[in-house]
Amino acid sequence: MSEKSPPETYGLSESAVFDKISEVVEKYRGCDGCLIQVLHEAQDICGYLPPEVQKFIAKKLDLSLSTVSGVISFYSFFSTSPKAKHSIKICLGTACYVRGGEKIVEAIEKELGVKAGENTPDNKFSFQITRCLGACGLAPVFMVDDDVHQRVTPSAVKDILARY
Amino acid sequence: MKNVNLTINGKAVAVPEGTTILEAAKKIGIHIPTLCYLENVHKYGGCRICVVEVKGAKALVASCMVAASEGMKVETNSERVRKARKLNCELLLSDHPQDCLSCSRSGSCELQTLANSLGLDRARFKGERSPDFIDISPSVTRDAAKCILCRRCVSVCNNIQKVGILNAQNRGFRTIIAPAGGAPLSEVNCTYCGQCVNVCPVNALRETDALAPVWRALADPKKRVVVQTAPAVRVALGEEFGLPAGTPVTGKMASALRALRFDDIFDTNIAADLTIMEEGTELLHRAKAALTEGKAALPMVTSCSPGWVKFVEHEFPDLLGNVSTCKSPHMMLGALAKSYYAQKLGADPGDMFVVSVMPCTAKKFEVTRPEMQANGIRDVDAVLTTRELARMIREAGIDFVNLPDEDFDSPLGISTGAADIFGVTGGVMEAALRTVYELVTGRELPFDGLHVQPICSFDQVRDASIRFEDVLPEYKFLEGFTLNIAVTSGFAGARRLMEEVRGGRSKYHFIEVMGCPGGCIVGGGQPRSADPMVREKRRAGLFSEDERKDLRKSHKSPVAEALYKEFLGSPCGHKSHELLHTHYTERGTFNELIKK
Ligand code: SF4
Ligand code: SF4
Ligand code: SF4
Ligand code: FES
Repeated sequence: MSEKSPPETYGLSESAVFDKISEVVEKYRGCDGCLIQVLHEAQDICGYLPPEVQKFIAKKLDLSLSTVSGVISFYSFFSTSPKAKHSIKICLGTACYVRGGEKIVEAIEKELGVKAGENTPDNKFSFQITRCLGACGLAPVFMVDDDVHQRVTPSAVKDILARY
Repeated sequence: MKNVNLTINGKAVAVPEGTTILEAAKKIGIHIPTLCYLENVHKYGGCRICVVEVKGAKALVASCMVAASEGMKVETNSERVRKARKLNCELLLSDHPQDCLSCSRSGSCELQTLANSLGLDRARFKGERSPDFIDISPSVTRDAAKCILCRRCVSVCNNIQKVGILNAQNRGFRTIIAPAGGAPLSEVNCTYCGQCVNVCPVNALRETDALAPVWRALADPKKRVVVQTAPAVRVALGEEFGLPAGTPVTGKMASALRALRFDDIFDTNIAADLTIMEEGTELLHRAKAALTEGKAALPMVTSCSPGWVKFVEHEFPDLLGNVSTCKSPHMMLGALAKSYYAQKLGADPGDMFVVSVMPCTAKKFEVTRPEMQANGIRDVDAVLTTRELARMIREAGIDFVNLPDEDFDSPLGISTGAADIFGVTGGVMEAALRTVYELVTGRELPFDGLHVQPICSFDQVRDASIRFEDVLPEYKFLEGFTLNIAVTSGFAGARRLMEEVRGGRSKYHFIEVMGCPGGCIVGGGQPRSADPMVREKRRAGLFSEDERKDLRKSHKSPVAEALYKEFLGSPCGHKSHELLHTHYTERGTFNELIKK
């Protein structure tokens, strides 16, 4: 998902977004078990699935909001917060962990002022801890978008992030 | 339908195709332990406590899910089965805070009973723990750490009540049973009916505790503590002390409340009689406006079930004008205790503490509504469920079963049989008709034993028609008029009826709705019962209370008559409007109409 180009609706008005979602709902109307498809296409339209969109879909499909939100929270490819401009992923696999990965996490958290799993308030960065990135020889490693930053030290974090 | 033949533990049995192994076993008296399964409510296959061995099948099967088939050979108690059952139970316990000693569910907890009966003597595993949080709404408390994810509450809320508040959120070890987005109950459109509480096998869903403020008030010498009890409580409280379902314990209950040192022991029934006077009058006013001026919000819908009222506020805010403006009976009595009775005593209403003992969790929320107070003083200070009253009685060491029968206190203690039947679906309607028909025609309601047979069942929606003929002069506008009524309980049927009203397709003039399927007798605060006939038995208890009374019509209540004469004036008059009626809040399905 993260490789995707920006959602096609950037710049669309709110009512246009809901019109588009309506079309999606109508396309699948009457199809039991198509909620996942509807949510998928709605996420393509909005980039994520905020509560307003969930409520809209629930009402249109005559489902309870808790059902819709249950499905969204079950699948990791759905997101309920807007996608940040840049995504930071840090590995805490064994190699990175023993070589000080945790210190890097702390440094990033300090620099951004948010905890792992959160987005910065300006939505510039998302910050997630991930599984092994397959670069153990270069540990500790973290990625910003497609760039791999290797053998990082806590003091280098500030400079690296400043580049984005 | 075709039968299939199988053997269970060597015993042969024939059952219709589609019958589960569990049901087949039950038929020949073989008990298979279960945990997540709940007859007629919930089939999920999650806990795997009910596993059995089927000859030829590799894995053990969940007997609550798998249908019996021709020639099947089932063993329910083999070594392998018993080991697996124990293991599954142990695994459940590994993710459970085992603090039974300080858990209010101890003694009635299905997990505890199960672990005990399976002979678990140790809990070997220490595992990862699911989320641990407590969500305390005014009515219902969710204690996630105790949740075993059986999803019975999900079935009740989605399939039976069709409100759809609770569902599984997240997955794996992070799974919780919660409203959308993990929001607290107080932020969503939960009705607080408490039906989920009644089916929860453990202490994960319970009423929000009100014992502390009640004990505190009882211990405060400055407080005059008034208690009142709803009709449905008296035919269920006994079950908490081992009496059969439906046994009326009105007299023992009054004794117990006196032993607990409540100052005044009143009967909510008094106010049920008032409700009939007020609601009946309101109906006649609306009918007159409709028939003579062609305008009035009809059908009128009853308002004594606060879970139902909240449901309308969320789901049908455009139809709030159809809801009777009468407060629910216990709110009426609270308002009278702090006005009429306080005046009589010469007491300051601020020094009075009114406790309602109710079969209901929704009433805990109702008493917090800003419209349910006068001059900053609440009409009712605390609501205890039937279960909570039982806990108080036990805590005080009262030997309930051997108590003598005593009476309620005057002046708010004598009521009519019409009030007793408020506790069962159809009861409010029947009570109202007994009075309205007689007021209009001067004759008794023409039904055997005063019971309106067509509405005396537990079917989802029942209806009846009553024609007014030879009416008294002041009701000339009703001559030849046929009143169409409908009765429902539970939100599924109510939603159907309200959709008809919204679409202009409703033929009814008066609709009774109770939020819980069956009425208050199975309210969210009632003892949890394993008796499949519990509704019938509790209803029979209430009908017997009604029938043993000489006074069976609200307009014949001497207490109500005195109240109108001395204090209230006339039904729907100025003073009743101030004390006995209320207004509602548009909330919207997702609370979007509430002005923050
Ligand atoms: S919910 Fe049941 S098993 Fe769990 S602590 Fe309470 S009594 Fe014990
Ligand atoms: S109280 Fe009623 S509406 Fe609320 S979650 Fe429980 S069953 Fe659903
Ligand atoms: S809250 Fe109770 S009924 Fe609901 S899933 Fe948990 S244990 Fe089961
Ligand atoms: S009772 Fe059968 S799986 Fe839970």
